[in-house]
Amino acid sequence: MSVLELDGLGVRFGRREILADLRVSLSGRSIGLLGPNGAGKSTLIQTLVGFCQPSSGTARVLGYDIRRDLPQIRATVGYMPENDAFVANMTAVAFVRMMGELSGLPSDAALERAHEALFYVGLGEARYRLLGTYSLGMKQLAKLAQAIVHGPKLLILDEPTNGLDPPARQRMIRLIQQMRDSGEMRLLICSHLLRDVEETCEEVLILKQGRIVQSCNLEEERRANRRFVELEAVGHHHGFSDAMAALGCECSHLGLGRFRMVLPEGFELREIYRWASSREVELRRLNYRRDTLEEIFMKAMEH
Amino acid sequence: MAVYKQTYKPYGGSQTPRWSRFLILGRSSYGRLMQSRFLVLYLMACFFFPVLCAVFVYASHNLSILESLNIPASRIFQINNQFFEFYCGFQGGMACLLTAFIGPGLVAPDLANRALPLYFSRPFGRAEYVAGKMSLLLYLLSLITWIPGLFVFGVQAELAGWHWTRDNVWIAGSLLAGLIIWDLFLALMALALSASVKWSLAAGALILGVLFAGGGLAAAVNSIVRTNYGSLLDLRQVMSVIWSQMFRDEQATNVPVGQAWIALAAAAAICIWLLARRVKAFEVVK
Repeated sequence: MSVLELDGLGVRFGRREILADLRVSLSGRSIGLLGPNGAGKSTLIQTLVGFCQPSSGTARVLGYDIRRDLPQIRATVGYMPENDAFVANMTAVAFVRMMGELSGLPSDAALERAHEALFYVGLGEARYRLLGTYSLGMKQLAKLAQAIVHGPKLLILDEPTNGLDPPARQRMIRLIQQMRDSGEMRLLICSHLLRDVEETCEEVLILKQGRIVQSCNLEEERRANRRFVELEAVGHHHGFSDAMAALGCECSHLGLGRFRMVLPEGFELREIYRWASSREVELRRLNYRRDTLEEIFMKAMEH
Repeated sequence: MAVYKQTYKPYGGSQTPRWSRFLILGRSSYGRLMQSRFLVLYLMACFFFPVLCAVFVYASHNLSILESLNIPASRIFQINNQFFEFYCGFQGGMACLLTAFIGPGLVAPDLANRALPLYFSRPFGRAEYVAGKMSLLLYLLSLITWIPGLFVFGVQAELAGWHWTRDNVWIAGSLLAGLIIWDLFLALMALALSASVKWSLAAGALILGVLFAGGGLAAAVNSIVRTNYGSLLDLRQVMSVIWSQMFRDEQATNVPVGQAWIALAAAAAICIWLLARRVKAFEVVK
């Protein structure tokens, strides 16, 4: 089942078009939503949870239509907003418990799960402190706790590492990876930090000026990248291209001993080293071509 | 799941009915409010006048007590519609102060801390949010207005006998309806004004201003424009006119009853409009 299906979705604020004709179907365990500032990432998320009305088309979240089935969507989704968001003068445990109860948990179950969620995110020792006294990183974790307290099937995280110092960011990334790998929930992560998305997401959707400019499966991209190799040889490398072609590789000479190759399925790199050893050719450098998320993103931005 | 395991686990238990969830907000705020000593003391003070009224009712039916206190029976007011109208006016004023104390903390902090998206991303709507916040204020206002009012009426009914009760049961109806209307209006107005500003202190000042500075403003408008319509800006006077009608009191006022009802309805409509504008998950900044 697809996690997110956009079917000609458009959103307008007054005369201004924020999202236009978005069409895509995503089904990965974790989906990254990327784009420069003002691309419409947060608006898309707010539309999915029903804060904004679509002006055209529709979207389905876990099979529920955002126009018809909003209560079901809200019952199955956990949302962590981008900005500071908490209820003043409340302890973390009371806050998370109340949010659990508002999601439909009975009082006792909500209290038990509030404790568990706060321990899970690492706020166990600080759970009886007032939220107003929390640091920025702790507030982010409290927001995460309230988003997972009711056991959502889809967790929507809007800029989860905003304002976090490196250790806190690492902790947040680790939590997201754990939740993703638990298989109990799907994740939709909105961020402008490519590294965060690369570390946590399997699929990415890139927006620019309210339109989809790229949608790809990072896992497949990574697998595909392992077939592209660049190497630099020193010595008598004449005949290298022919020898590699004989082994089934596509090889092109870039000059100055540099070669670019596309390896066939099941090809072992050892074959290259063996040939080089037999011809006394030195291999100075051998890299997989790594089409990073940054490159994918930059290409998408050129559109 | 044991706390020490610290692993994520989905929830598969029962769910509460959706209609009852609005009460969670009131319950959660109630606990925090009751930590304020000032509020507890003020609530206790609010019961002083109803107790005094009950004692007065009891004394008016026990002439021997009056004689022992050297109070001539002729100086005692009659327990009638005007007595309960006065009760409404007094306790209605106490309700205003309670509203000004509790009201600012209802919506303004949620706006200031951007908590509304957290509420509305759940199966919990704007109407339920407003109902939940109102329920707390309505509960406390009821506690100091119509509930002790009906108690005083009950004491009078018990002491005056069946005939008096049968002839005056409409007073209980007017007391109940008049104070519930006032409580509802106060709760609505407090929420609307609390939602209009993000700073609790400013919200409190605004509520006090609307309730207690309305008289001065009304007098100023009346004298400058040479009209009586300015009195419609004084919501407490507007309500007292409505109470006069409900308690069948023929006192002359400069505000016709029909206009008073329209003014109250218009003020309530403005409050609902303000709430609809302000209580949203997010704002579009132009």
